[in-house]
Amino acid sequence: MSISNEEVTYVSKLARLRFNEEETKKMAKELGSVLDYVATLNEVDTSNIEPTEHILQVSNVFRDDVVGTPLSNQVALANAPDQENGCFKVPRVLD
Amino acid sequence: MEYEIVVGMEIHAELLTNTKIFCSCPTKFGDPENTHTCPICLGMPGVLPVLNRDVVRYAVRAGLALNCKIANFSKMDRKNYFYPDLPKAYQTSQFDRPLCLGGTVDINVNGQTKPIGITRIHIEEDAGKLLHESTDGTLVDVNRCGVPLIEIVSEPDIRGPEEARIFAEKIRNTLEYTGVSDCKMEEGSIRFDVNVSVREKGTEKLGTRTEMKNLNSFRALERAIKYESKRQIIELKKGHPIIQETRKWDDVKGISSAMRSKEDAQDYRYFPEPDLVPITITDEEIKKAKSELPELPEAKKARYMAEYDLPEYDADLITSSKEMAQFFEETVKISNHPKQIANWLMVDIPAHLKEKELSISTIPFVPSDLAELIDLIQNGMISGKIAKFVMEKMFTEDGSPKEIVERNNWAQMQDEGELQTIIEKIVEDNPKSVSDISSGNKKAYGFLTGQVMKATKGKANPQLANKIIREVVAKKIN
Repeated sequence: MSISNEEVTYVSKLARLRFNEEETKKMAKELGSVLDYVATLNEVDTSNIEPTEHILQVSNVFRDDVVGTPLSNQVALANAPDQENGCFKVPRVLD
Repeated sequence: MEYEIVVGMEIHAELLTNTKIFCSCPTKFGDPENTHTCPICLGMPGVLPVLNRDVVRYAVRAGLALNCKIANFSKMDRKNYFYPDLPKAYQTSQFDRPLCLGGTVDINVNGQTKPIGITRIHIEEDAGKLLHESTDGTLVDVNRCGVPLIEIVSEPDIRGPEEARIFAEKIRNTLEYTGVSDCKMEEGSIRFDVNVSVREKGTEKLGTRTEMKNLNSFRALERAIKYESKRQIIELKKGHPIIQETRKWDDVKGISSAMRSKEDAQDYRYFPEPDLVPITITDEEIKKAKSELPELPEAKKARYMAEYDLPEYDADLITSSKEMAQFFEETVKISNHPKQIANWLMVDIPAHLKEKELSISTIPFVPSDLAELIDLIQNGMISGKIAKFVMEKMFTEDGSPKEIVERNNWAQMQDEGELQTIIEKIVEDNPKSVSDISSGNKKAYGFLTGQVMKATKGKANPQLANKIIREVVAKKIN
């Protein structure tokens, strides 16, 4: 299965990655071979197999609605590269 | 050419749980920024979210109240996008297996019942809040991140701005009644997004739609749809195509403007959330949840009309808010005068609430006070006119209505002798009214009653005053 350069550019944009022309070509080729490998699964006859909705066989794992102790503002912001007025500070975005 | 306006709605409502959807952080509104966070809602790597049981309970209740089918099997998915209000870079939501499907809500438009389809209801987490107060960046408050939401998606069954408002109000009411959400629009706990398109009347095919997000009042919702549909019709008449886009509604200027075009339309790459297991609900559990639903506005309205003999208009208005209905019911229990209570709740009380910027939940007196006021009128202690003054004082002064009446010396003159003297003098001073009456002009009675009220500063018992006036005038004529 081949992946076009345009598809690579589109997906990399969604993933916030930037590739130069050479990298894009390389990525197209490598992703194509990954998809080819995965496509092997299409050879399996799945006509009598229930579709998998979730990989785990477990269901209904819940917690009770009881308030715990949240982190303090200082701890919450401890890893923030930048902060102001008790908030995380990020490059300006428009609403 | 005549056009038809087609509206579909997406409604986000925060659920009334104590804690967030996947962690035990509190959901309380209005606390200092970033004080309701933990590694889970901050999106730290390696953490394990666990679903809040009550989120499912509330969402099922909302689904049942909106006549949806509750899914026996449902699961969570990741919706991927980058935005600073979402630390994980994905929102945990539901994609192809939502909790509730295929409901319907009846709305009342000009006396006609019209069903509006509910496509689905799913559960998801709210995003954080962006603050634009910094000069050189954007500030992020993660408190709201992970607050549980339901998203209700309607079918494009809504025709025009008025129907949209009625539908939105109906949804708000239902969620409020069932205790699923507090639906405070000013706190953003219920938010409305609308999809608007227009098409030639009589045609089937839907026109290209535009979306407007976060309309934060019913008035804004109605105005935004009115404006946007008109804009689309003008564009089409000019021969311009409608561009599918997200538009921003400016409530101050009263216009919408393009925000995001389809060019950078989102590709969310949904996939099943591997950290959370599916939700299964048995038919028995659904049946039980259904039996536990509280009385809904429709049923309450019908009961008020049957049990209290209220006109439909009154019943509709009073049941339009859960708190108002509660106030009504508590008052009627003490003073069995439903129509009078309804009148107070529909006319005078809302006017005072509006003036004082209060709501029925922050009203400064209790149902037994209103009951007492009504009893004072019924017993002839005060006139209806004085009662209005008492009501005004009930909003500003301490004490029961009875105490207010005594303090202001407002009790009606019950002393027949004293009233008799006053009336005799008024009749004496107004010979023209007496001659008018004797020549058949009964209107003059009204004038005399007015004079009596003036002389007694409104404290004369009107029935008693009328009786005496008639007696005195009759004596005069004969």
